[in-house]
Amino acid sequence: VVFTQRALETFVARQECTTARCGGTLYLGMPAVAPTTDSARPFPPRTSARAMNALHRVLDRNPVWYAASIALMKTPPLYRAFTFVERAVKKQLFGCRMCGQCALPVTAYACPMTCPKQLRNGPCGGVGPDGSCEVYPSMRCVWLMAYERADQEDRLGDLRRLQRPIDQRKWGQSSWVNYWLGEDEGLWTTSDETNAAPPMLSASQPGGRTT
Amino acid sequence: VSVPPNGVVPPRTASDTYQPAHSHLQAVLQRGRFAVTAEIGPPRGANIAPIRRKARLLRDWVDAANVTDSQSAVVRMPSWAGCLVTMQEGVEPVMQLQCRDRNRIALQSDLLGAAALNIPNVLLLTGDHPRFGDHPDAKPVFDLDSIQLIWTARTMREQRKLLSGRDLKPAPDWFIGAVENPFAPPLKWRAERLGKKVAAGAQFFQTQFVYDIPIFASWMQQVRDLGLDRRCFILAGVGPVKSLRALEHMRREVPGMYVPDEVVRRLRGVPEDRVPSEGLKLCSEIIMQVKEIGGVSGVHVMAFGWEDAIPEILAAAGLAPRQTTLESAMRSS
Repeated sequence: VVFTQRALETFVARQECTTARCGGTLYLGMPAVAPTTDSARPFPPRTSARAMNALHRVLDRNPVWYAASIALMKTPPLYRAFTFVERAVKKQLFGCRMCGQCALPVTAYACPMTCPKQLRNGPCGGVGPDGSCEVYPSMRCVWLMAYERADQEDRLGDLRRLQRPIDQRKWGQSSWVNYWLGEDEGLWTTSDETNAAPPMLSASQPGGRTT
Repeated sequence: VSVPPNGVVPPRTASDTYQPAHSHLQAVLQRGRFAVTAEIGPPRGANIAPIRRKARLLRDWVDAANVTDSQSAVVRMPSWAGCLVTMQEGVEPVMQLQCRDRNRIALQSDLLGAAALNIPNVLLLTGDHPRFGDHPDAKPVFDLDSIQLIWTARTMREQRKLLSGRDLKPAPDWFIGAVENPFAPPLKWRAERLGKKVAAGAQFFQTQFVYDIPIFASWMQQVRDLGLDRRCFILAGVGPVKSLRALEHMRREVPGMYVPDEVVRRLRGVPEDRVPSEGLKLCSEIIMQVKEIGGVSGVHVMAFGWEDAIPEILAAAGLAPRQTTLESAMRSS
């Protein structure tokens, strides 16, 4: 097969199409990403929930972070560098696997994506009587850690929120940028919805949360 | 029902146009009668005879029968196929559906299939990890978790939409079930987790095997304190122990199983040949005990490979054969 200039262009265009944020507000080319293939194993967080809750107030959404996110998106090398640092920091602290849609603020900073079953809504029924993970019995269930940390911080209400399905296209993206851009809105129900039967798809958007 | 030799007949409740399913199980629970369900494990092999036999055995004794979905991550005939066979035998099925083997496209597709074939009940679970099954080299999917799947089902039924936002015409209808394990840590949060499933849309629950009455009773107390027993129906899971080997297997290999020491002592205390009868007796006693606990709406009997014992267990527990089988319920409706 002769790899002509034209074929190369088609190939590049297709790559961009699959990695661009189709349907979102931004159509900038993003680094090609695939779901991570490393296996998920429960990870004991290396930092307290209290410290992280405090840090979250600094990193909360505001116009400054929004502008910074736009700037990052417009400069792919910077975005990649930023994402690299985010990955390094969060991997050390939480065993982050870069799902790109962080649930940590409502799981007492124990990462649910390190659960071998990827459960976003609480522990499965297979937790051993000693608190061991069903899949890796030598490890402690990550949701049990989340429960204990949330209990300590008096934030068990956070675990009651219903977590919507994640967008599998976002693996490898910067979840901080996604958060600051407002893409995480509706990822979980608000605390006053938790007792009722909250709708999964919002009435205003026929397509729901999907971007 | 006359079944042609190849066994391929449309389900007895099928009609050309889809009609919303009427769950007999739901009707029994809403009338406040103590409900009985049991589990049928489909065979490993292309043969419906074992399901037919088990369904016939249970027909007069249960309000509905679950057909499991490759449980323990071991390949078996699919739940929907088993459900069609149990319907042909006059037993109302509960189709189990787990997230381990399917992404959101396949899950919604299977849910639609269940509704279109008038399978009236679905039981939605996360599923055991492939690591324990006969294909530990398989790719686990887990695109959705059980709560998200329950929520999806309710969205399909009530908002009449798929997760994509596309409209469903006609919208499907099923009685939505889920599971809970009152014996897995964190014990204090297990009732809350039931509450999450209720908020997501679960209408009935079948629990993990109950062998420890005090833990189960204290969990039910929490469920009542949260007012959840008025928002869903809870069926306590029970099952007989057939042998000491089976007991050891349950304790060591089955995820989420909790057998207290006193039960182990009791079964080890009888001669080897009397273990099965003691196991049956224990199971009947547990049924009678959970029946007295407030908020318990029924029992779910799981007897893997020992389905023959189920009528005996139920009779010993004082649960008479069901007067209303699927057939008579359909005649009266």
